[in-house]
Amino acid sequence: MNARNLAGMAIVLALACALPFVVSEYRTFQFTLVLVYAIALLGLNILTGFNGQISLGHGAFYAIGAYCAAILMDKYGVPYWATIPVAGAVCLLVGFLFGLPALRLEGLYLALATFALGVSLPQLLKYHHLEEWTGGVQGINVLKPDAPALFAELGLPLSQDQWLYFFTLGITLLMFALGWNLLRGRIGRAMAAIRDNHIAAEAMGVNNAMVKSLTFGVSAMFTGVAGALGAVAVQFVAPDSFNIFLSITFLVGIVIGGLASISGALYGALFIQFVPNVADEISKAAPWAIFGLFLIAFVYVMPAGVAGAIHMGMARLRRKRQNP
Amino acid sequence: MKLKLIPIAALLSAALASPAVLAQKKYDQGASDKEILLGHINPYSGPASAYGTIGRTIAAYFKKVNEEGGVNGRQINMVSYDDGYSPPKTVEMARKLVEQDKVLLIFQSLGTPPNSAIHKYMNAKKVPQLFVATGATKWNDPKGFPWTMGWQPNYQTEARIYAQHILKTKPNAKIAVLYQNDDYGKDYLKGFQDGLGAKAKTMIVKEASYEVTDPTVDSQMVQLQSSGADTFFNITTPKFAAQAIRKAWDSGWKPVQYLNNVSAQIGSVLKPAGLDKSVGIITTQYLMDPDDKEWKDGKAIKDWVAFMQKYYPDGNLHDVSNVYGYTVAQTLVQALKQCGNDLTRANIMKQAASLKNVQIATLLPGVKINTSASDFAPIESVQLQRFDGTTWVRFGEVMGK
Amino acid sequence: MDALLHQVLAGLATGGIYASVALALVMIYQATHLVNFAQGEMAMFSTYIAWSLVNAGMPYWAAFFLTVGFSFVFGVLIERIVIRPVENSPVLAVVVVFIALLVILNSVTGWIYTYTIKTFPSPFPEQPLFGNKYMSSHEIGAICVTLVVLMLLYAFFRFTPLGLAMRAAAQNPESGRLVGIRVGWMLALGWGLAAATGSVAGMMVAPIVFLDPNMMGGVLLYAFAAALVGGIDNPAGAVFGGFLVGVLENVLGAFVIGNELKLAVALVLIIGVLTVKPSGFFGKVHVTRV
Repeated sequence: MNARNLAGMAIVLALACALPFVVSEYRTFQFTLVLVYAIALLGLNILTGFNGQISLGHGAFYAIGAYCAAILMDKYGVPYWATIPVAGAVCLLVGFLFGLPALRLEGLYLALATFALGVSLPQLLKYHHLEEWTGGVQGINVLKPDAPALFAELGLPLSQDQWLYFFTLGITLLMFALGWNLLRGRIGRAMAAIRDNHIAAEAMGVNNAMVKSLTFGVSAMFTGVAGALGAVAVQFVAPDSFNIFLSITFLVGIVIGGLASISGALYGALFIQFVPNVADEISKAAPWAIFGLFLIAFVYVMPAGVAGAIHMGMARLRRKRQNP
Repeated sequence: MKLKLIPIAALLSAALASPAVLAQKKYDQGASDKEILLGHINPYSGPASAYGTIGRTIAAYFKKVNEEGGVNGRQINMVSYDDGYSPPKTVEMARKLVEQDKVLLIFQSLGTPPNSAIHKYMNAKKVPQLFVATGATKWNDPKGFPWTMGWQPNYQTEARIYAQHILKTKPNAKIAVLYQNDDYGKDYLKGFQDGLGAKAKTMIVKEASYEVTDPTVDSQMVQLQSSGADTFFNITTPKFAAQAIRKAWDSGWKPVQYLNNVSAQIGSVLKPAGLDKSVGIITTQYLMDPDDKEWKDGKAIKDWVAFMQKYYPDGNLHDVSNVYGYTVAQTLVQALKQCGNDLTRANIMKQAASLKNVQIATLLPGVKINTSASDFAPIESVQLQRFDGTTWVRFGEVMGK
Repeated sequence: MDALLHQVLAGLATGGIYASVALALVMIYQATHLVNFAQGEMAMFSTYIAWSLVNAGMPYWAAFFLTVGFSFVFGVLIERIVIRPVENSPVLAVVVVFIALLVILNSVTGWIYTYTIKTFPSPFPEQPLFGNKYMSSHEIGAICVTLVVLMLLYAFFRFTPLGLAMRAAAQNPESGRLVGIRVGWMLALGWGLAAATGSVAGMMVAPIVFLDPNMMGGVLLYAFAAALVGGIDNPAGAVFGGFLVGVLENVLGAFVIGNELKLAVALVLIIGVLTVKPSGFFGKVHVTRV
């Protein structure tokens, strides 16, 4: 973490804080979603990018987190901020439990298992025996929180959207710091070792089973926290919101953003939030075809994702400066 | 203070009530002398993309209205977004329409979960969520949600009509139900069970659900047939309706079949399934089916075909959804016309709630649109009809209001 | 008992659908060691081409073979133009390209042909075989066609030099190049064959489920599961897997768990099989040497 990187991050952070005061409420809402997706993508990236375990079903963890928050808020009157850690804890557990049997599966087989999870979760949410909690097909409406009165007293009244943005920003910073710390340390290195050569890793003393399951759990936790935040932002959860397409969108997000990259999660989130809207503006007739073309273009030009491309670009700049 | 305010208030209200001021133009955002800006959300992609054609028909109809001078001299401009039938996307698009595009109202948003997602938002922002494209019962709640109004006959009422018909004509029937496992399917099922009342438990011998992602409903149909039922309530969307009708015939199962209105179309359901296999199917209807011999050569459908050919040439002339879009667009135009120069959101809701015996050519004869301050269900009348192999034969009277 | 038989036979019929798509998936896997998520949409698109031909007045079998030929060329072109440039990118990047293809094909088809369902003709007689009530003639015919395609492919890979070259190119491209195999064209050929197989699948499936752009969406998961259960590198296994999944799903839904959870349970079972037999029922067991 050299000075330049820190300076860069500080500028970005300053811009992020200024954002809700400069743009409309609607845009603030969109950027809140970007932050939510960034957390979700970081979760998936930890599993797939850093640990090499593919998941085509992360939308399921997002859904579980969202429903945790919604059920707690709607049925038990838990305040919105308290639902976030609960959602995270529940997903940590579920992810770990899913990761245990999934240990034996590699590559395609793991892809199928996670695909199955992503596809069958909406059905589970609609299951009539669980309807009492999940609201079944009707879904659950969630109330939007107001900004704490403290801000108004300090002479800085925040609207609901603005407050939600800052709340989400705070959690995002926390989660990113958590992720960075995890990946930097021993566990992170163990994860990468497993990804690159799992036999060698085992031979070197890494407890593959433990690390892999733990990674699944942690990855699910991140995405679950994102789901809970998403539920509060959108104020509505329903089984139809969490179909397999969401899981696929997450996968697309991390690849476009940059695998095995923390900043990649942010680029990916910007892509999955805004590019479909852009595609819609370009072509009303077949917007998803345009989106597909964007995907192909991005992968051709930046096979290592946006983060990878930026990294290479910076490296090239540095070399140019060294050899004028 | 109060004493002084009263005379002033009295003077003001007298002034406001005078005819000269009544003709004054009043606009909320999205309305002006020249245009009325509407918002619209439809699933142009995703699992419900078959309904995207409704949005295109509506856009085509407004194009026609504009070419003919607009509504009270104003052009109708509609901004339509795709939500892919995904509630979070619907929320985002609704906010975009209201906060960024600054539309006057949102018209015909489609689907129960998408509309449920924006229900509270629209009412909090006091923006009309008008003539939503779903038959759920909850849109008729003027007290709780004064800014939301449905349009089509609601599913539960329709199902109750079938239940009553069965109770009347076949009180010892053994009924099997196939339903789509989502809000629309469950809504119909509930209405049906309520309609049968205490006898529901004994009369319904088997219920089978399917997901929109299932490739076929063959397995479910086999289950229903194996239950020994002699009556079949078919709550399916067009593709699955065709599959179900065909499978029943292939398996030699010939129950008395009630088909939900959503799939009661000759061109896109009965014909693919097989016209001969669809004989005897009962449904309720409020719109004219463009393939129905009875309406095909009538002025209403002829006008509609001419409209489609001129303004929406890519549109399918055998899809009742396109008649639906044409009809609901006319309803909105009627409400807007009644607003005159007062295009405030409050007045729009008021006029939408003041539709009295509005008749639109493509509605079945006897079906009229009626709303009031306590009745936010524009169409409540339907008629039972039975398919005879070439056409729908209506029977009984037009039921409902 | 009759109900069980009925469900099993209906399951075989649906299983036939999964089997044919699974076959195409295995084809692509054998040639490229990648699972093509766009396989279903490619098949669907080919079927629409066939529909256009039939609608224009062409007799069924002419349209059928013309479509198979067109699909072959289409597959080759996709490999050469779309997939070639990302050959050396990480696997997941290629997966994203597949997803892009899926999305593009689905969207373009919906735009050109609209989303209303269309009927697709069947070459088999309308009347059920022997007047039975369990499977229509088309369903039986479709299964037969799948088996014929399977045998043709098996024969091709096993007994022709070209088939051998393709297998070699997929298994060890470097060694393949060393012995003079044009690996690039082998890949393209693989794609062409897979696309052609997929188009046959599509044309067999469409009369049963009706033709619409979302026709293959639900099938893909089951086909994927079927291919893995049977062994991803074994075409016969894929077909077996397809039938197994079809019957399993039907029987579970009707007698065990009900329709609401059958998807989840079927998949859990499949994954259970895979944890016990990681290469599927008939797949080759890969032993990795350190």
